[in-house]
Amino acid sequence: MQENQPVEKTTAVVEAALQHHGTNRDELIPILNEINQQIGYLPAASLEKVSQALRIPKSQLFSSATFYRMLSITPRGRHVIQFCESAPCHVEGGRQVWHTILDELGILPGETSKDGRWTLETTSCLGICGVGPVLLVDEDIYGNVRPEQVAEILARYA
Amino acid sequence: MKAVRSMVLVSGDPTSLERGAQEVYHRLQEEVRQSGLSGDISLALVGDLGRSDIAPSVIVYPEAVIYGPVALSNVHYLVDEHLNKGRIAVDLQTPIHNLAGHSAWLSRRKGTLPAEQRIVLERVGKINPEDIQDYILYDGYRALGKAVIEMTPAEVIALIDRSGLKGRGGAGFPTGLKWRFVSRAGGSVKYAICNADESEPGTFKDRLILEGDPHSIIEAITIAGYAIGASEGYIYVRGEYRLAQQRLATAITQAHEMGFLGKNIFGTQFSFEIRVHSGAGAYICGEETALIESIEGKRGEPRSRPPYPTTHGLWGKPTLVNNVETLANIPAILRNGPDWFQRFGTKTSPGTKVFTILGNVNTTGVIEVPMGITLREVITIYGKGMKNNATFKLAQTGGSSGSVIPASLQDTPMDFDSYLRAGVSLGSGALLICDEDTCVVDLAKALINFFRRESCGKCNPCRIGTLRAYEILSRISEGVGSLKDLDTLQMICENLYQLSNCGLGQTSGTGTRDILTHFRAEVEAHIRLKVCPAGVCSMSGRWTASQANG
Repeated sequence: MQENQPVEKTTAVVEAALQHHGTNRDELIPILNEINQQIGYLPAASLEKVSQALRIPKSQLFSSATFYRMLSITPRGRHVIQFCESAPCHVEGGRQVWHTILDELGILPGETSKDGRWTLETTSCLGICGVGPVLLVDEDIYGNVRPEQVAEILARYA
Repeated sequence: MKAVRSMVLVSGDPTSLERGAQEVYHRLQEEVRQSGLSGDISLALVGDLGRSDIAPSVIVYPEAVIYGPVALSNVHYLVDEHLNKGRIAVDLQTPIHNLAGHSAWLSRRKGTLPAEQRIVLERVGKINPEDIQDYILYDGYRALGKAVIEMTPAEVIALIDRSGLKGRGGAGFPTGLKWRFVSRAGGSVKYAICNADESEPGTFKDRLILEGDPHSIIEAITIAGYAIGASEGYIYVRGEYRLAQQRLATAITQAHEMGFLGKNIFGTQFSFEIRVHSGAGAYICGEETALIESIEGKRGEPRSRPPYPTTHGLWGKPTLVNNVETLANIPAILRNGPDWFQRFGTKTSPGTKVFTILGNVNTTGVIEVPMGITLREVITIYGKGMKNNATFKLAQTGGSSGSVIPASLQDTPMDFDSYLRAGVSLGSGALLICDEDTCVVDLAKALINFFRRESCGKCNPCRIGTLRAYEILSRISEGVGSLKDLDTLQMICENLYQLSNCGLGQTSGTGTRDILTHFRAEVEAHIRLKVCPAGVCSMSGRWTASQANG
């Protein structure tokens, strides 16, 4: 697991996000998105600050923050793997690739590896079905993935 | 736009980027500079050129020669041959008769196949999406000017009404009628929202429009705002579509600079602002009331209806929500008139439809064709036939909420009404073509698994129903299902349809229901004979609830 973020960094990121988007209620999801992208997850301290700035009860903030797939309230691994499990990728060989990933990582979807290197997530369609099966590591897209390529792709990420 | 000798466009969609389009683009810049041609050549990284089969692809205008796939090592040859010496670099050229995008450069004759008819994808791949001048050159913002200067809001709505345009998000609701509902709703504050939360598995038509022609959506939503009396608009883009979000933001800034957005558009009393709102990964937010909840910063849980968003939408105000593809038709209809639009497609479903062709065909990609084309035509003409000469078994339309179309329906015209009569649905325009090696139990499991994960959990029929259906299908695929399971499954599908709160839940059992209707024998073989005829299911005889992702 990642170390908890220093408070100063969290404060700076939250302030930048608020600066960016303002404090209207309709900017809540974009603000959380930005914080999550910058820090990798939403530390409790960041939710506290957003709650005060937008005048939204923490309970409501928590309910929103835990609803969306791209937001996380717990630290994630250094690299996040997202695997498309929708039908188009599935019928084009996604099933075999998925089993290979599970074997390689030894973790289940939603879990983070003990060394903090990987978080594995499944995702619905990424809209890149022309080259399914599709695998996303952080921001990098891999298309037409074959099971035998999985180990080589994962090795690129320390 | 300054006069240049040649215009060179590089495909910049995710498929192409994954295959090195960015590098090719930079190398092209470098080669052009080294050849001393910088002033004569305009170079741009654009959206999807519709040719994922030859990505990354490069198109050189005015000759409109398509090259692809272009590797880094080919760039020097391409620049030297075509741009320097003025000859077509034949070794790299792609034959023009191929799928998707090609017909933008073919002569357009109505009714002749396999040419496409492009209305909403008209400019995609032909213009630089980050340059408003390109859009203006292709009739951009003319429709907006016409609307706000020459027409009253009521006239705009009447015109859209007469065109017969139906919503392309899946439900096929008449667009003009929806606009009229919002315009008639009381109150001075109203909103126009573009639903760009495209997440239907296999559907990426909206992404192409947003990435390749963002100004068309800005123009359309502004026209919609004028027609219904709104002064604020939102474009709700799914969080995964970063490139689309960036291009929209750029387009909005440029439109502001030109006076097409902001205060007193075209010098009239009409003012309009648009904000791009990013989602955060939730399929359910494509449902319009969930989308509205999400903009309000809440969990994306659909509201109970009525009241409908047309009277009680965002912040409780009358709100119009239209799909990207629907909106992309608007400027063209305003420019050319409703009669022109009705020339395409069928009588009750005029216009075109963008389909994404996927699965076991030789050529996958995107096509825009008149409504009413058949599956057989799509497979043989655009898909170039089945892969490995296999037999066509079924197609799955419109992502996971679409229907499963058996081979027996492959000659049914694909328009809203014909499909409704046949008891299937057109959905959002994805066509997942499956061959004889596809197992229907495995497919049904993959479909319902999607809904199991994406169900927002607000109402019981959907939250529990999708889970139970998934468990049953898992058991069947392991060879431990019973015939009684099929009755339960049938009941769950019916309950999902009848009792779920929103469209997602209601359609989540469609695929399973269709499979039980058309492929029951194959499902029963799994149970009675403990055999998977397609040889896909493991039939291991072991099933535990923890095998969540088999």
